[in-house]
Amino acid sequence: MTRHLIGRVLVSGAAEGLALVTRQPLSFWGGFNPKTGEIVDRRHECSGQIVTGRVFVLPAGKGSSTGSACLLEGIRLGTAPAAILLLKTDPILALGAIVADELYGRSVPILVLPEEGFHSLKDGDRVAIARGGELTVSSPDTV
Amino acid sequence: MTVRLTDLDRRMLEGRSGEGLRLAMSIIVRMAEVCGADELLDVSQAHIDGCGSLSESSLQFAETLASGGAKVSIPTTLNMGPLDLQNWRVFGVPGEFAAKAIRQARAYTDMGCIPTWTCAPYQGYLTPRFGQQIAWGESNAVVYANSVLGARTERYGDYIDISAAITGRVPRQGLHLKENRRGQLLVRLVDFSPGRLREETFWPAFGHFLGPVAGDRIPVIEGLPPDATDDQLKALGAAAASSGAVALFHAVGLTPEAPTAAEAFQGGRPEETLDVRTGDLDAAAADLSTADEGAPLDLVLLGCPHFSFAEFRQLAEQVRLAPGRSRCSFIVITSTQAHALLERSGLPASLADFGVRITLDTCMFHTPMVAPGTRVVMTNSGKCAYYAPGELGVKVAFGSLADCVRSAVEGRVRREGRR
Repeated sequence: MTRHLIGRVLVSGAAEGLALVTRQPLSFWGGFNPKTGEIVDRRHECSGQIVTGRVFVLPAGKGSSTGSACLLEGIRLGTAPAAILLLKTDPILALGAIVADELYGRSVPILVLPEEGFHSLKDGDRVAIARGGELTVSSPDTV
Repeated sequence: MTVRLTDLDRRMLEGRSGEGLRLAMSIIVRMAEVCGADELLDVSQAHIDGCGSLSESSLQFAETLASGGAKVSIPTTLNMGPLDLQNWRVFGVPGEFAAKAIRQARAYTDMGCIPTWTCAPYQGYLTPRFGQQIAWGESNAVVYANSVLGARTERYGDYIDISAAITGRVPRQGLHLKENRRGQLLVRLVDFSPGRLREETFWPAFGHFLGPVAGDRIPVIEGLPPDATDDQLKALGAAAASSGAVALFHAVGLTPEAPTAAEAFQGGRPEETLDVRTGDLDAAAADLSTADEGAPLDLVLLGCPHFSFAEFRQLAEQVRLAPGRSRCSFIVITSTQAHALLERSGLPASLADFGVRITLDTCMFHTPMVAPGTRVVMTNSGKCAYYAPGELGVKVAFGSLADCVRSAVEGRVRREGRR
């Protein structure tokens, strides 16, 4: 099944990947290891998961403002998510992606989704994001 | 949406005054678009968080700005850095790491930043005034500046902080505007005895509890004692800004925008009212510990945020009462400013005798100083307890300063009233 969503673009770009969905906010500093791409916040439900190349779906960031630096370093090293889809504008994450674009000319698209669309995304959905903020979502066939 | 720019803004953005200034302004304008701001606002002071961690990209960013001729245009303090600039050799920091950290430090000071190197800038040099528009980074400093001082700042992450310092401009939005500083959530402390409120662990435990329930809403707290100290409010804010995204709280009768609850809510009503009981904070304190009672202790870590002179005095008192020396590593992190007072106080000798080692300018989470093989760490800081398991790969025990000293003497986690 394929469906379409529109997001508000915070940082534009095209990307595609499998969704990794969490309902818990995450601080990228203390929560994401840019060397490995692992979620290292041991209190987080995604602890131990690798976000590299995934379309990371989380409601918002939180905590330390050093999160921008962690995302930037992740983009430089190629361990960052393919894209980040949020429920609320998160300036700390957007900033990391914008600086990556300014400094390295490569980035990670970050979009804010409307509530219904955000909650419709499931782990393992294939999500393709276009520059303008259009999303194409295909869910694996349900048994 | 386009952001309305002044002629001066546009000149900076076009790069006619140098590439460093163009990069800084481009970041400010793109972030204004992200936040939906329609124009920019002047700020008159900045505190830089981006100097605090070291990576290839953080170094490249700082050197790109500095070599592009950028200079800060407003008084700008620096957060802790990734290196104890004076004592790194003593702590066994690798030379290659130190060399890069020194390069990064130089890039920031070359741009005109003041070398304060502290995450508690509100207890040091250049404290912001009530109502002053500022651009501060470091989550614990942001919540303190907004809440306790009544200055106005958003949570500025690494890189927008120095961009604001260079341009003197930020997106006009968020907590810079009075209407966005209105309380949203009423939090009432209902069954706390005066004795409980005086307990040192109350403050970080309450902060740890407050973070997730507030999320990014502005809490108005009723029931905090009016004689709370700077250090208690520091501990509360730092913990709340770690477990949640709290950038501003009001405490009725205590913080400057909350003489009364009605003023804190700016005449509006709370979206929600939450009653907090002692049991909630017992649970929050327990949640801050991952190490077992009685576990062999490798390290006591204090000064997150940086230890104040008043905290050194409290530590010295606990050390005076202690029946022996520390059997584990015992590190206190502070600023050169607090350390200068300590040096003139007559306390350093007794602290050193107990086994206290002091490190300046830095943060254990950003510098390779924690000895390999460290498994269990104890702290009185809610922020440190929150981040240590992920950042240092250790188990952590949260307790009072007295608990930390007692445990250090026994070489095991020993908290009062626990078995």
